[in-house]
Amino acid sequence: MSLSNVFGIAGSAMNAQTIRLNTTASNMANADSVSSSLDETYRARKPVFAVQQADPLAQPDNEAGIAAGQGVQVLGIVESQAELRQEYNPAHPMADEEGFVYFPNVNVVEEMADMISASRSFQINTEIMNTAKQMLQQTIRLGQQ
Amino acid sequence: MAISFDAALGIHDDALLHRARRAEVLANNIANADTPNFKARDLEFSQILNKASEMQVKQVATAPGHQTNLLEPDLAADMMFRIPNQASVDGNTVEVQQEMARYTENALDYQTSFQFLNKKITGLKSAIKGE
Repeated sequence: MSLSNVFGIAGSAMNAQTIRLNTTASNMANADSVSSSLDETYRARKPVFAVQQADPLAQPDNEAGIAAGQGVQVLGIVESQAELRQEYNPAHPMADEEGFVYFPNVNVVEEMADMISASRSFQINTEIMNTAKQMLQQTIRLGQQ
Repeated sequence: MAISFDAALGIHDDALLHRARRAEVLANNIANADTPNFKARDLEFSQILNKASEMQVKQVATAPGHQTNLLEPDLAADMMFRIPNQASVDGNTVEVQQEMARYTENALDYQTSFQFLNKKITGLKSAIKGE
């Protein structure tokens, strides 16, 4: 029944957007976490989205044998390889021997835009789920007065 | 006298199924609005109608091993890729606003098909009861 698949699809998208919101929150929280070496510095984290393909063994429900994708999956979370910000500040308690402190490569403006995009996508998917729910509820009433 | 429910219900039950299937495809487009390289897809109602009328030619089994219900390769084109108004850098062709509009329109069409089907069933019921 394809209408009940909509719940799974919208749910997977909501899950993926929640993970995206989580990474954004983590990046924003650590935007100013300085460290005294390049290796220890926090790097911005980004989720990687991919289409979740339908199970090839599952029985397709149309004659053409093609199933729609089954939503979105998060393949993993990667660290941004953008350059870290280096600042000369010998008075800083975290400064290394040469007097440098290292800032994370988090772009706060980019993260804000990401956050808004993720929350809008989440909203849209709740809307999709709501509409599918109404359609299903209506179908239950088929043949009644 | 035999009553054929399939003939009585007409196209409306198939239309309802098609709307439900299309809802799934459109929901999948919206779910993948942020997935790089995802290509938006859609089902065309008119295409399905044409295919349904073209599919009158049946395969014939001339040997015991032959299959008669194989897939028509042309039917694989039922699911079509959308051409975006504006291409995006990450290769994604989903335009969320448009998909949302189509999804809502599809939900309304579903309601319409549902109403037709419901009326047919109510009509059959009152015919059976003789009221």
